Amino acid sequence: MSGKFVVGYDGSEMAKRAVSFAAARAKAQDGTIVLVHVLEWSPYSFLTPNEVEERHKRRKEELVRAETALMDPVAAKLREDGITVETQIKYGHIAETLAAISKSTGALEIIIGRNGHSPIGSRVSGSVAGNLVQTAPVPCTIVP
Amino acid sequence: MMKHITQRAGLGAALALGALPAQAQGIDETINRVFADYTGWYVGLIFADLPGTNFSWIALWLVVAALIFTFYFGFIQLKGFAHSIRLVKGDYSDPDDAGEVSHFQALTTALSGTVGLGNIAGVAVAVGIGGPGATFWMVMAGLFGMATKFTECTLGVKYRNEYPDGTVSGGPMYYITKGFKERGYPGGSFLAVLFCIFTILGALGGGNMFQANQAHAQIANVVGDYPGWITGIILAVVTFTVIVGGLQSIARVTEKVVPFMGIFYVLVSLLILVMNADQILWAFGRIFEGAFTGLGVMGGFTGALIQGFRRAAFSNEAGIGSAAIAHSAVRTKEPVTEGYVALLEPFIDTVVICTMTALVIVITGVLNVDAETGLYIWNAEAGRISTDGEVAGVALTSAAYARAFSWFPVLLAIAVVLFAFSTMISWSYYGLKAWTYLFGEGKTKETVFKVIFCLFIVIGSAANLGPVIDFSDAMLFSMAVVNVIALYLLMPIVKREVNSYVTRLRAGEIKRFKS
Repeated sequence: MSGKFVVGYDGSEMAKRAVSFAAARAKAQDGTIVLVHVLEWSPYSFLTPNEVEERHKRRKEELVRAETALMDPVAAKLREDGITVETQIKYGHIAETLAAISKSTGALEIIIGRNGHSPIGSRVSGSVAGNLVQTAPVPCTIVP
Repeated sequence: MMKHITQRAGLGAALALGALPAQAQGIDETINRVFADYTGWYVGLIFADLPGTNFSWIALWLVVAALIFTFYFGFIQLKGFAHSIRLVKGDYSDPDDAGEVSHFQALTTALSGTVGLGNIAGVAVAVGIGGPGATFWMVMAGLFGMATKFTECTLGVKYRNEYPDGTVSGGPMYYITKGFKERGYPGGSFLAVLFCIFTILGALGGGNMFQANQAHAQIANVVGDYPGWITGIILAVVTFTVIVGGLQSIARVTEKVVPFMGIFYVLVSLLILVMNADQILWAFGRIFEGAFTGLGVMGGFTGALIQGFRRAAFSNEAGIGSAAIAHSAVRTKEPVTEGYVALLEPFIDTVVICTMTALVIVITGVLNVDAETGLYIWNAEAGRISTDGEVAGVALTSAAYARAFSWFPVLLAIAVVLFAFSTMISWSYYGLKAWTYLFGEGKTKETVFKVIFCLFIVIGSAANLGPVIDFSDAMLFSMAVVNVIALYLLMPIVKREVNSYVTRLRAGEIKRFKS
């Protein structure tokens, strides 16, 4: 059975461990890894006039940076190991977005690192893992 | 002519200007005199009253425009209201566009430029002179003004410039040039240049000096008198780091705090209303009665009407054109959607926030009433309703809220300073857009304007430059003269857009992503 594994990735050590864990699973099952990077974003935040004007430009830059600096190296390494990889970069709430992608791709499982987000960030906005296990439509593995 | 000037300046003067070192006062006076000599005629012209009334033609100009747009678009503010809310909630936003400026963000950014002193001080002036009935006319003008915002912001998005690097510039100067060209009207470039000159001067005065001046007056009110240039330099340095140094974090903090201040202000108002729940019906009664009789204010019915219309026009900026600049950066395929979103602005600014202030002033009973007749006691000398301590403007609002919560004046002072700061940030942007339209984009050119802008903050808070501020106010309303002419000429284009959009919306061609 070749299922899909959604992996949340933000470049941190924990996220790297989640990727290697997912890689082993995918390889064993001949599955696909859906590598996802979520840029934290709320459409209800407040912006200054200047930020409003530059938003489109910044968004493009952020997407390119995420693609080249974050996703490409990992995806390339996984492909070298013979694993099929899809990548997605999205804006939104991290847990909600991962759950939505697992639904839209028909994934078997979501795999993330224990503290994928920065420690301060998770303290402020609640931990991604905590939110995810409550809302995900598929089983989740939190890699320590 | 001087009468109108003093009437306009009355708001500023009523807010306690005070704090000036003696020698600076001498310089102020000289500047004022020279400035008044050269610009007084123009200020007088813009704020001139219609013959035989004390109603300035510019307020009528804006109210008539609002009525025309309301009828032309078939009461879009009523029919489209629910759709506006759905757009702001993001029901029609493509999830793949996440990370772009949302309708909500465009609305709140534009709001932070308009919510401010007008809602706190302006309303107090209106109710203080026109009585509770002024509230009714203010709300009416706000409701009609929604159609004006709809028109200008739709055009703002439709004719904005998008640059290869992804940034956008929009506003009346762009729809005037492009729209006039499209319809084959002459004079587009001239009007656009005129609009930009007015915008720059308006930004430096009403959007800057007046704000800085009031911020200082409020701080001085709480901590005691001290020289205004101190406030000015602090504000200028903070603004400088934001707009020149690109230190967006300060602006971001303000932009986050200001909406909460606004919400908190409304909540405190509601709380006061709930505490006086038994009087709410009475207060509405006073407002309706006052709207048609005046309840003892000078001029009776017309006195109330004039004050209400005037304050609404001065508070929500509908027709001035500034909102079209602020709204044009939103990411949408349909310009009309931003028009729908923008029409909520006068509603929140005038209908909700201004009404709250007015209700609290009426309910807390700071305005003195003759116990026998139930009419307000007119203080003929001051030209307004008599109050305890004969206060007006921000001080009247402050006194009304202090009757319920003694700590409110401190909070109000903080709110006024923050509102002033966010208005200055917004207007520095509007001014800059007009500046780059005239002189072209470029780092040096932009920095020149920003430095000038910061210098004017110091001047604004240090000096008592009534005539200079009056001149700049006149510039603000000159923007409205140019902008509304353009809106009349271009409204068929908006009509076409709306018709096409509504047809597709009904046919289900406009995709709804959330429900």
